[in-house]
Amino acid sequence: MTALKNPSRRTFLKTGAALGGGLVIGVALPEAFAKSAVTTSMPNAWIRIGSDNTVTILCARSEMGQGVVMALPTLVAEELEVDLRKIKVDFAPPGEVYINAMLGGQLTGGSTSVRDGWEKLRIAGAQARVMLVQAAADKWSVDASKCKAANGMVTGPGGKKASYGQLAEAASKLTPPKEVKLKDPSEFRYIGKPLKRLDTAGKITGKTEFGIDVKLPGMLYAALAQCPVIGGKVVSYDASKAKSMPGVKHVVQITDGVAVVADSWWRAKTARDTISIQWDEGANKTLSSEGVFAGLASAMSKPGAQIKAQGNVAEGMKSAAKTVQATYEMPFLSHSPMEPMNFTADVRKDSALLIGSIQFQQMALGMAAAITGLKPEQITIKTTFLGGGFGRRIDLDYMAQAVELSKAIGKPVKLVWTREDDVTHDFYRPASLTQMSAGLDASGKPTTLSFKMTSPSVTVRLFPEIVKDGVDPLQTEAILVPYDIPNQAVATVIHDTGLRVGYLRSVSHALNVFANESFIDELAAAAGKDPYEYRMGLLGKQPRFSNVLKLAAEKAGWGKPLPAGRARGIGVMEGYDTYMAQVAEVSVKDGKIKVHRVVVAVDLGRMVNPNIVEQQLESNIVFGLTAALYGDITLKDGRVQQTNFHDYKLLRMPETPKIEMHIVKSTEKPGGIGEPGMALLSPVVANAVFALTGKRLRKMPFSLA
Amino acid sequence: MARLTINGKTREVNADPSTPLLWVIRDSLGMTGTKFGCGAQLCGACTVHLDGKPVRSCGTPLSAAAGKKITTIEAIGATPTGKKVQQAWAALDVPQCGYCQSGQIMSATALLEAKPNPSDADIDAAMAGNICRCGTYPRIRAAIHKAAGTKGA
Repeated sequence: MTALKNPSRRTFLKTGAALGGGLVIGVALPEAFAKSAVTTSMPNAWIRIGSDNTVTILCARSEMGQGVVMALPTLVAEELEVDLRKIKVDFAPPGEVYINAMLGGQLTGGSTSVRDGWEKLRIAGAQARVMLVQAAADKWSVDASKCKAANGMVTGPGGKKASYGQLAEAASKLTPPKEVKLKDPSEFRYIGKPLKRLDTAGKITGKTEFGIDVKLPGMLYAALAQCPVIGGKVVSYDASKAKSMPGVKHVVQITDGVAVVADSWWRAKTARDTISIQWDEGANKTLSSEGVFAGLASAMSKPGAQIKAQGNVAEGMKSAAKTVQATYEMPFLSHSPMEPMNFTADVRKDSALLIGSIQFQQMALGMAAAITGLKPEQITIKTTFLGGGFGRRIDLDYMAQAVELSKAIGKPVKLVWTREDDVTHDFYRPASLTQMSAGLDASGKPTTLSFKMTSPSVTVRLFPEIVKDGVDPLQTEAILVPYDIPNQAVATVIHDTGLRVGYLRSVSHALNVFANESFIDELAAAAGKDPYEYRMGLLGKQPRFSNVLKLAAEKAGWGKPLPAGRARGIGVMEGYDTYMAQVAEVSVKDGKIKVHRVVVAVDLGRMVNPNIVEQQLESNIVFGLTAALYGDITLKDGRVQQTNFHDYKLLRMPETPKIEMHIVKSTEKPGGIGEPGMALLSPVVANAVFALTGKRLRKMPFSLA
Repeated sequence: MARLTINGKTREVNADPSTPLLWVIRDSLGMTGTKFGCGAQLCGACTVHLDGKPVRSCGTPLSAAAGKKITTIEAIGATPTGKKVQQAWAALDVPQCGYCQSGQIMSATALLEAKPNPSDADIDAAMAGNICRCGTYPRIRAAIHKAAGTKGA
């Protein structure tokens, strides 16, 4: 098994010293990393080779299940010419070189990891290989063209051989080549192969370290009471009982509430539950679900931002043989990763060590510097494996709390939220309303489409500079239908409902694909046409859409008879440069929807690892079905009403459908695969339920009551 | 002081008898393979074996574990069934984020100890208490069949 270890500064320094000057390409010492976090640009900070032939590849994205810890090192190893099964992987610290060019920050999200790394990580591997070969050529006084690298060795004329470890020190003194030639895909040894993940062994033996498993010498444990209305503040509190409880060391008020610090987490949590707190519940104390949706409905009358205007919609509607209208409603959702929010911080006078499950290293560094008053180079940030993320760990409220707490008590502390804290203090996936109308001609073909949606914007809070003229690019994903419809008007309205919102897996794809792929199904029904044929008839100019749609229909046996009481639904989408179609087979019993089978056809261009692609497709179907059947965060008196998995249900084993996947062979540029599938599953299930029962499900989660 | 038999070793712990076994294992004994997911016996991430039976350690007080044999993910591979389960998990690349997998493996091992040739319905019943937010259920089901040498539907 390949050892995958989390970056540990102490181990790092010890290893560095023990290896005594191995090749460090780009930068090796954590001090230098810390500096690079601020301004330094490092051309190649991805590879460390020890004189003992250990090859360590740095992974600059957070591993939350999506497989970057395997996929990204694969790209480096392919060109470096090392045995992928023998490498080690460390998670990268914050650093400019590690910025995700597609997102402009050191952030894991947007299904961008492979797309961002596809070229740059292969180039990093190739640069290192060229330097190692040059070092061998210099050593043997031969031309580099006479030497060859393979399996961590350079071979030269006359049977000369040297290992990467032997060449590392000399190679590290060479200037990295400016241009390198990358392999032709036909030469790939690892890329595109269904290889097993490198992180499995640790995860089946309990050895993998997640944020919640971190332990520092002298560390204390904390539980935090936060206002039941998000955003509320402490007015006063009585912690006299908590202070007298065994093991309790500190009771501290911080920005977000009152924390108890004890010698064990259970003691901290038990003591926390005894504190009585007077809250100023703030502006959101009257929030209710009814109010939220009334607000969204009234926002619908605003003009909003025009995303597309084509042809003449007013004229098209007037001259239509038939018109169709529908409104779709999506609820707030909680991310609910299995590892509750937690963070470990050790803030000292002149340094800070921060360790945990985070998706946004750059933000972590900035926030930590602001809270502690330390300089970025005094702060060490380590990312562990994440017990799920789904976008929740882009927002670092829990990190800020731990940092504030450690600073206040002057000791290392691990803050752990309860599941109830987690469900009630999320940054929720925005709720939304979408109004659609269409005009069909006498043959049933759509001539006109009008689309208007309103929802809160995450981007206004997190990255306001990219919201221009009321257009939030993360509210408008997959908003344009692929179908050939001459008259179109598409608009969005940003409406703040009060509840804080965050990015959740597939982000606005989920909102827009649900509306678009439900509505096209409604149009097919209004036209009296088969929903598959109807879509195909409108996709003549969209081969990547029509190819996956056709493949999914074929594999699912579209049009073939099903047992009584079952029906199929279909849908197609593009998201993250990936084209996908799904067919779901459903039945209904006692008003409950059961999904038996989901067929997925996908064209995501070139892949790093089809095994991980399949994992992600499976994951998205289950995640999407959870949202379709259960996902619903509701509000009353400003409080989120769900608290744990009994009332915020997640899909379980018996409800999981059979999932069949068909991946199109493609030489297109890579697309993202961590997110699109969940967006498509909901309309596909709704369409199947319509085919079975004649009832349209326009509101999520679905209810046949 | 309470005395526990865990993974074949006797350990003394200093914790209140009402403390959930989960936190004794994680914080007092420093064995972090057993995970905290919900604290309410709803997700199964904290599953351990008490005398071979799967229990949710977040809802099992320390006092209820005294005198019983506790087995956790750290030692399950030392049992023939646990080893087979882990091998099947590795062969099918079950984990994604991996956080719930300790609990999944403990539940699956207990199932195979009780029913060496489980049907799909047996798997549904035994595994319904373990949530996986990443959705590894299809592979978990296949891996249980693989470990058992049975065929799935």
